[in-house]
Amino acid sequence: MKRSPGRAGAAGGAGSPGGLYAAPSLFWLTVFFLAPLAIIVAYSFLTPGPRGGVEWKPTLDAYRAIANPSFARVTLNTIVVAIGATAVTMLIAVPCGYYMARSSRQTLLLMLVMIPFWTNFLIRIYAWIAILGNEGFLNDLLIATGLARQSVRFLYNRGAVMLVLVYTYLPYAILPLYSTIDKFDFSLLEAARDLGASKLGAINKVLLPNIKGGILTAFLFTFIPIFGAYAVPLLVGGTDSYMLGNLIADELTKSRDWPLASAISLVITLVTTMGVLLLLRANGTSVLGGSGDGEKPVPEASSAAAYGAQAIGGSR
Amino acid sequence: MEYGGAKQKTVKGSDVVIEHVRKSFGDFKALDDVSIGIKKGEFFSLLGPSGCGKTTLLRILAGFESPESGAVLLDGRDVLSLPPDGRHVNTVFQNYALFPHLSVFENVAFSMRLKKAPESEIRAKVADYLQLVELQAHAKKKPSQLSGGQKQRVAIARALINEPSVLLLDEPLSALDAKLRQHMLIELDSIHDKIGITFIYVTHDQQEALSVSDRIAVMNAGEVLQIGTPQEIYEAPATDFVAKFIGETNLYEADVVSVSGETVELSVEGFGIIKVTATEPPPVGSRVSWTIRPEKIRIGLEEPRSSRNGINAVSGVVDEPIYSGFQSKFYVRTPSGQVLKVIKQHADWSDEGPEIAWKDSVWLSFSAEDAYLVEVKR
Repeated sequence: MKRSPGRAGAAGGAGSPGGLYAAPSLFWLTVFFLAPLAIIVAYSFLTPGPRGGVEWKPTLDAYRAIANPSFARVTLNTIVVAIGATAVTMLIAVPCGYYMARSSRQTLLLMLVMIPFWTNFLIRIYAWIAILGNEGFLNDLLIATGLARQSVRFLYNRGAVMLVLVYTYLPYAILPLYSTIDKFDFSLLEAARDLGASKLGAINKVLLPNIKGGILTAFLFTFIPIFGAYAVPLLVGGTDSYMLGNLIADELTKSRDWPLASAISLVITLVTTMGVLLLLRANGTSVLGGSGDGEKPVPEASSAAAYGAQAIGGSR
Repeated sequence: MEYGGAKQKTVKGSDVVIEHVRKSFGDFKALDDVSIGIKKGEFFSLLGPSGCGKTTLLRILAGFESPESGAVLLDGRDVLSLPPDGRHVNTVFQNYALFPHLSVFENVAFSMRLKKAPESEIRAKVADYLQLVELQAHAKKKPSQLSGGQKQRVAIARALINEPSVLLLDEPLSALDAKLRQHMLIELDSIHDKIGITFIYVTHDQQEALSVSDRIAVMNAGEVLQIGTPQEIYEAPATDFVAKFIGETNLYEADVVSVSGETVELSVEGFGIIKVTATEPPPVGSRVSWTIRPEKIRIGLEEPRSSRNGINAVSGVVDEPIYSGFQSKFYVRTPSGQVLKVIKQHADWSDEGPEIAWKDSVWLSFSAEDAYLVEVKR
């Protein structure tokens, strides 16, 4: 077959090697995302082994266990924390992103938002413990200034979990908001005012519709990982802030009921994925660079579950 | 009285008075004691180079900036205390500022929806205004699917549907290519004729301003240098800047030698004695600037025979002939080194005379009536 030389180099043409370029990431996704997911799905339908692991006897016991009211309580708690922390994060992130986009010192502000990423996530949680702990900086300060006679218990409650979650995921919300607001043409607000809109009306009718993609991305980037939070409630939370992520970890490591852990992971993955798809459909726009792929933001819970699945093949 | 359509009756223009407006940004004086009176229904242009303050003035009229001092009156009422949404003024923005998330229809309907007008009224009126700008077929498109000229027309329809008494246009054609600019200019003019409200048009393009305006205010460095009809601005520039900024010109300095009536004899370095017209002749001995437009100079190979009083004749050599079809431009150097620009129209064959080429010795002649004394320096 003859090929015209002019067409051979055309991007996306019949002879485009695009598929070849995608091969490494396809391999990566298959091995590190799809395969663990398949293992989780499979394990959730099996019988728990005596010391962890599974026995190859199919059963629906794991899904029956989910019907347990204690599971519902943890789920409810997780929803409350996730909605609360996401709401607070968004309330801080929207004005922050707006201010950054309008500021003349964008680079500096952008640096300030990104600096926390230079320190390990766990170390930053321990830093909060050092600040909020019974003998932490804040209590030292309160006692030294006479504002408190004995140390106040800031840690190990839902408030501490929310605070640290907001702190952790704030940059993930600020960055997409900043980048959309930065692209927004502010003369549109003047046009709206000119056409008779009040200040608030201009923001509602022109600014918000034009940055809704950024708002949605920010929401997904915070809500999904917070919904699957594990380390934060483990380290700064108490009995009132036990979340689904902790439940999975405990089922996996303490109760050694791997099928149940797998089933809970799947429920989280299913619920968040469906939520994302519904949001995307309601929004009518593709959020993540036009791909419309709702699976991109990897929830911490499913990655924790994937971690668990990987551990199966390991020495533990 | 019958005007034809219903629109003309409902829309009325306002007169706009700008009094002693001052505005600075830090050390930069954007507007320095600007006063302009604009009549009802006038097509008025603010013309000047970038940074002259014309856009700042427009933004003050729209309500996006407030001046440090001065007043802006619409039909005699001070509007400076009113927010942009409280003024009966609408703007066509330089970059169109169309709402990207809304269709053409919804962009035009925007102000009516804010007023909560009934749906049937919105439909009818938006259709009317889309027809005015000939965009009926594109109502459902998003702004990103339109060409520059179409976007411009949406912006105009969107601003006009509110039935403002004054329409502000901020360099509305600057983003269009030259051909389309000409076309849109004619369209703007005809829309102005149909609607009949006051148009205030900001531009840095003197051709645009000359061709559509009833009157023009020429601005530079925050000041208004001259206000007048296009003819007045072109034929009788008030300052050297106006003479140079509007069209092409020859501008020289000279000393006044004698005065008789409105005719003034000047001694010009490199030319000898030149006779010009001045409505208010300065005293003998003054230093002045004077101008002669290139198209008002006749160029020929022979010395002009007419020794009629008031004809100036200068000889020189063609330095650079530039042929551009309908006309030729010549840069002619006098023996003492002054350069004059001359434009010769190629009207018809019988009028042409012998061809003038590079290095030809030529004679230039122009009437004292066409030479104009601009500024008295001292």
